Amino acid sequence: MGLLSDPSRRRALSQLITRLNTPLCIMSYIVGLAWFFGLSFQPFTLRTYISENAMGSTMVEEQFMHGDRALSYAREFAGFKKKMGGMPVAWLEKTMRTLGLEVYTQSFTRILPFPDETTERYMVKGTNVYGILRAPRAASTESLVLSVPCSEGDSNSQALGLMLALASYFRGQIYWAKDIIFLVNEYDLIGMEAWLEAYHNVNITGMKSSVMMGRAGAIQAAVSLEISSDVITSLDIAVEGLNGQLPNLDMVNLFSAFCQKNGLLCTIQGKLPRGDWDSFSTYLHSLETTMLMVLKQGSGRPQGDHGLFLRYHIEAITMRGINSFRQYKYDMSTIGKTLEGMFRKLNNLLERLHQSYFFYLLPSLSRFVSIGMYMPAFGCLILILVLKSLDLWMKLTKSESVEEDGVTDTEQESKPGNGILSLVAPVVICHATGLSLYYLPIMGQHLATEHFPVSESEAVVLTVIAIYVAGLALPHNTHRVLTGAGTERGWMMLKLISLLYLAVQLGCIVLINFSLGFLLAVTMVPVAAAVQPVGPRVLYAVLLIVVTPATTLFFSIFLYKELNEYPLSVLECWQLFLQAIAGGMLDHYLYGSIVFPFIAFFVYPCWLQLWNIVFWK
Amino acid sequence: MAAPLVLALLVAVTVRAVLFRSSLADFISERVEVVSPLNSWKRVVEGLALLDLGVSPYSGDLFHETPLIIYLFHFLIDYAELVFMITDALTAVALYLAVQDFNKAMFQKQKLQLELNKYAPDTTELLLTPLDMYYIPLKVAVFYLLNPYTMLACVAKSTCAINNTILAFFILATVKGNAILSAIFLALATFQSLYPLTLFAPALLYLLQKEYIPVKLKSQNFWLYTSQYSVMYLGSLGVLVCLCFFLLHSWDFIPSVYSFILSVPDLTPNIGLFWYFFAEMFEHFSLFFVCVFQINVFFYTIPLAVKLKEHPMFLMFVQLAIICIFKSYPTVGDISLYMAFLPLWSHLCRFLRNIFIVSCVLVVCSLLFPVLWHLWIYAGSANSNFYYAITLSFNVGQILLVSDYFYAYLRREYHLTHGLYLRRKDGTEATLVLK
Repeated sequence: MGLLSDPSRRRALSQLITRLNTPLCIMSYIVGLAWFFGLSFQPFTLRTYISENAMGSTMVEEQFMHGDRALSYAREFAGFKKKMGGMPVAWLEKTMRTLGLEVYTQSFTRILPFPDETTERYMVKGTNVYGILRAPRAASTESLVLSVPCSEGDSNSQALGLMLALASYFRGQIYWAKDIIFLVNEYDLIGMEAWLEAYHNVNITGMKSSVMMGRAGAIQAAVSLEISSDVITSLDIAVEGLNGQLPNLDMVNLFSAFCQKNGLLCTIQGKLPRGDWDSFSTYLHSLETTMLMVLKQGSGRPQGDHGLFLRYHIEAITMRGINSFRQYKYDMSTIGKTLEGMFRKLNNLLERLHQSYFFYLLPSLSRFVSIGMYMPAFGCLILILVLKSLDLWMKLTKSESVEEDGVTDTEQESKPGNGILSLVAPVVICHATGLSLYYLPIMGQHLATEHFPVSESEAVVLTVIAIYVAGLALPHNTHRVLTGAGTERGWMMLKLISLLYLAVQLGCIVLINFSLGFLLAVTMVPVAAAVQPVGPRVLYAVLLIVVTPATTLFFSIFLYKELNEYPLSVLECWQLFLQAIAGGMLDHYLYGSIVFPFIAFFVYPCWLQLWNIVFWK
Repeated sequence: MAAPLVLALLVAVTVRAVLFRSSLADFISERVEVVSPLNSWKRVVEGLALLDLGVSPYSGDLFHETPLIIYLFHFLIDYAELVFMITDALTAVALYLAVQDFNKAMFQKQKLQLELNKYAPDTTELLLTPLDMYYIPLKVAVFYLLNPYTMLACVAKSTCAINNTILAFFILATVKGNAILSAIFLALATFQSLYPLTLFAPALLYLLQKEYIPVKLKSQNFWLYTSQYSVMYLGSLGVLVCLCFFLLHSWDFIPSVYSFILSVPDLTPNIGLFWYFFAEMFEHFSLFFVCVFQINVFFYTIPLAVKLKEHPMFLMFVQLAIICIFKSYPTVGDISLYMAFLPLWSHLCRFLRNIFIVSCVLVVCSLLFPVLWHLWIYAGSANSNFYYAITLSFNVGQILLVSDYFYAYLRREYHLTHGLYLRRKDGTEATLVLK
């Protein structure tokens, strides 16, 4: 504490902070950004490796060769599905039972808070079918899950066929020490949520579902499979789950290890791995992959059916078969072998996967960036807020003219207590706007559809945007009720509070969802540090609008499509933007994603406070 | 002055009533930061159920409250929410009255010192003025009532709120100079949670000061008064213990409450320093380290009492904070009690050095507790080290807060006697350095 208790050193430190404040802030922003972009540079990243001992050595020899049987199951299933016009529950039950599984069904209903237009759902009624393969070598205390979503239309029947073929093959093997659950879930994520909630006997989201009859102990790991063609050219892996949660890195390693063993081409974010690292184009390639991961994780939306498992402490990934125009195609037997190998390895687990990393970014499948590497980038950005608020605090205490040593005369013009009281009104108004942004759209949707020619979901989205924009026009000089006129100290105090508030918010969210926190920090922090009611106010206002979370969302969608090599026009982007808002709200109400309430309750009010500062009089 | 207090009470009760009715109440009452194995409401209900069945409530390993609490709620279980709101209000009122009285005493003392010319001439701006002191009692009450920590403890129905009430009454009785009531409330507080034992020293010093008895080891008066007070204290403690024995007809509660506090068998994570350390340690070292950890609470009393013997109220504040930091099962409710005293020392503001950083640290840590808990327990992606790191920095923040106030207090006293503008021998401006 010598540094802080010695007055002369304190003075030197505080002078450093006040005099060099702006250069220090700019420097730490540049360092933060550079650090982040450096993360994708291959020499700075680590190679992935399987750290779980039980999965270490490759002693598994895969023998699955029933690819054609998988295809025949798939065709049969597709036929029945077409005939039934939905999921053929009876056929599934019968087939699974003939394979020797314990078969159960679980029906569920869920009424969405407002109709989902992209998938045309409002009242969802469905059934999940699952069969349990009881392990011959252990009591049913642990299990693995292989799940296949039964989506609408033709897609995904091949995945189902492969699952059934695997089930029949697994049934004949004697080495299973964990039960295996083969799950077919209807209405993808909603069905998955219903199944998971019923399995763990909890009710978080207001789902109504039938009592679950069959269980198989604690689920250790899960794989979700999506294949929609008879042959594939590559397998893609999706890792990002609900709220940006990631599975243990060993799951990813397991996937890539077995893809390599079977010679399968595997991709992440749809990007192929590249061998050489010394060229600039390779760097750009892995930067694109990282950016895609950051954008997907930041959205907080599950990128596959596996995403909901993670909340229950179950490590899970989604594997997607891709069929593109490449020369070399792989058949079902190869994919089956890969899955067999993965399941046998998971079967060997002695405890839950915990050895490897849970916080990481993946520039490619064979390289990763751990939390210790990427956190400094965020730390540099947060440092700006800390520096700026220290500077403001010193200015505030100086104008109260108490020197940091305490030995100077006081000539107080206005009491600090008075200054704080006058800030209550703006802060409360900003938060009330945030609350209305969260509650009003859902509550007012029926009212809106009565009076305006819009559908419910349009009404919800438009109300959100309307409230969001209306927040800008709120009375900005409420602080004058108490003091009569805004003071220099007033806005400084408000800015100090807002900066600290923003820093705390970002600090908390970055631990839960790094990408979301980082995206918000990169955009909001520099402008938040810069705004003040003097100088180029119009410029500040424009900058603030550019960095508001809604605009960030808009640009993120644009960037995402750009990185996917699918450029958009502004109008299409706007359409997607509207869909993303509705989607974000549905994610919150259906699965418990925290992005929407986080923005509505915390980030948006904080941003409004900054807006208030610009228009301080 | 009564009207603002009533208003504050109304606001506080309304907020609590709303929180009790909201869905947050269940969530809050499960938080490890708010309830500990000692004061969790769930366990009180469990103890009551056992008592109703005719089984000793201490027969399981769940209930660790004193028999007094269980008999209190035996009659009041249906009005539990009301009881907790009332105890909070009582605490605030007691603190209000105590601080009002203490302020008067402090002002008179200052007047006396001024008349005796004890203060250096250029220290007028350091002196307390009635205008500054006018709102302090109200601020103290508001700080207690509207402190989020207090609200959390109240909504979780943590019995810590009752302990705080007893302590507040003890402080009130001490400030009013009523030795017997002070001893009784101190005995009650000690009986409830053991650690207030260390408050014996500040209470005695305050009462001695009130009676104008100098603290001298050779003075007969001093020893007479001390023995009187200790007899009263030990007597009431004995009465309480016997009362509980006759209520339950067994001595079960002694090991179940006090050795539970002292030997720390329950290592559920909390905001204290014990759990992680003892979860990691080999069994055969734990006795030694339990002693080392527990000594911390009691150890600082003597040097602090020597240093602050002229300022027993400040000693009380520091001691409360030390108990809260080093006790075996701390909760945020304990913090709220000593934080309520912060406005009382607002005249030290100009000498506080790190208050901004320290308060930021405390706020950030309080918010990170639930986040890291979520990551550790629910998401499974973080582990106990993350949570303990925050616990550590929270406690370091508290220690810095207390030592900052301590330093500021000593510094003000120094300036009052030596003058505000210190000169070195060569005439340049001198500064005080704490090393």
